[in-house]
Amino acid sequence: MTNPENDRGYKVLLQLVIISGVLGIWEIAGRMGLLNPLFFPVPSLIFMTFFSMLGNGEISEHLSITLFRVFFGFLLGTVPGIIIGMVMGVSDKVRLLIDPIVSATYPIPKLAIFPLLMVIFGIGEVSKIVAIALGCFFLALINSMAGVRSINKVYFDVAKNYGASKKQLFTKVMLPASLPMIFAGIRLALGTSLLVVVGLEFVSANKGIGALIWYAWETFEIEKLYVGIFICAILGILSTFVLKKAEERIVPWIGRLSYNAGRQ
Amino acid sequence: MRLECRYLNKIFWEGEKETRVISDISFEAREGEFLCILGPSGCGKSTLLRMIAGLLTPSSGEVIYDGERNSGPLNSMVFQEYGVFPWMNVIDNVAFGLEMRGVPRDERYHQSIAYLKKVGLSKYAYRNPHELSVGMRQRIALARAFVNHPSILLMDEPFGSLDAQTRLILQDELLKIWKEQQKTVVFVTHDIDEAILLGDRVLVMTSVPGRIKEVMTIGIPRPRSLQMESSKEFIELRMKIWNCIRSEVEKAMSHDHDES
Repeated sequence: MTNPENDRGYKVLLQLVIISGVLGIWEIAGRMGLLNPLFFPVPSLIFMTFFSMLGNGEISEHLSITLFRVFFGFLLGTVPGIIIGMVMGVSDKVRLLIDPIVSATYPIPKLAIFPLLMVIFGIGEVSKIVAIALGCFFLALINSMAGVRSINKVYFDVAKNYGASKKQLFTKVMLPASLPMIFAGIRLALGTSLLVVVGLEFVSANKGIGALIWYAWETFEIEKLYVGIFICAILGILSTFVLKKAEERIVPWIGRLSYNAGRQ
Repeated sequence: MRLECRYLNKIFWEGEKETRVISDISFEAREGEFLCILGPSGCGKSTLLRMIAGLLTPSSGEVIYDGERNSGPLNSMVFQEYGVFPWMNVIDNVAFGLEMRGVPRDERYHQSIAYLKKVGLSKYAYRNPHELSVGMRQRIALARAFVNHPSILLMDEPFGSLDAQTRLILQDELLKIWKEQQKTVVFVTHDIDEAILLGDRVLVMTSVPGRIKEVMTIGIPRPRSLQMESSKEFIELRMKIWNCIRSEVEKAMSHDHDES
């Protein structure tokens, strides 16, 4: 075993080598005429387009509205999802009451009900935010509920034995104990909100990364299309990275074998 | 604190099927006594302990403390494993009982540090449990139980998941603290040697439904140590208990076969 510092540097180096290798081969193959530039413009051209769009404010214009939708949709869906999910995890009564509704509505693809949402909320921002929120809501709810229900019984015994009140039981045991699963829900919700926002913007938006990609396809500006995809990829990578860092800080015991093995 | 159990029964229902886990158990733990409950796995000894702790309600029978029914004294339980919260650092885990009772932070930290010293973990007070070994985590559980100043300590196979060496050390530490504090201890185990090493008396339980088969007094003088395991007295006791429990273990094993 080498020490972890060296190890990480080595990994990053390896990844950079692979990425630049692929881009290099792509560039060379493109310039040699092996790739049809209509489908596969060379990376250098894509990057030039990217920077010129960055310079003239086109990217920030699209990106800001997409992030706005994701932010509010995610927040509006995840927060109530976590709360209701936890209540369902705690109370059998509430769970039995709400579960049929959840089971019936959860499997509906959120894009499928988007037209209905437009009828209800109009074609402005509200219908989009609601669609994203719905996608996040169910994922947060289901995972939080599972999180509470999968808490190792021994934690409840400890809390009870040491005299925890109902409030203490919740804040000191149930909430932290279900955090790993709540986090899993948040991660899925964020991924879904990115997916849904692009889908929505394809069909019903003038601005946004999805709209940028769709418009690029309609006008056959292939480099812009790649730029849009590239931005989506960056968003995905960035959100995964941020969540992973947050997870390491907030639930550092997650994935530790000796603690997970005790879960029933 | 004197503990008395009278005609305790516990029946679990699973749909229409009833399973009697504990059958008419009566016994007494004297003030300051170290009482071991020994039985084959699945004999209901944890269920018994949970009833004593008030975590489970008996189907019938009574748990009486110092002659009073349902007075619910302060008891502290040390659980098999995983009883230490991974989301709290070591000292907050130890101070948990005090915190639940509203002891101010400085005061509970002060007391907790003292017990962390006793179990040799004061260096790790602000570390997280997942960074420590299983043996160290059970030490946290021990400190948490003792710092709570319970009238009675209930231990549910606390060393069951430890390797043999660590277990010996922890048994020794437990005896030291117990001697210092003179608390009544009810200690559940399936390990004969452990029961003899620790207990003043050993209750031997039958396989499920759990009954008391025999009560043995361990006359070996304290302080006890590993050396005594080769003494004639120890070996005789071990054989006596083994002969007593052997048929129960065999019964328990055939239960397992029936179910699988």
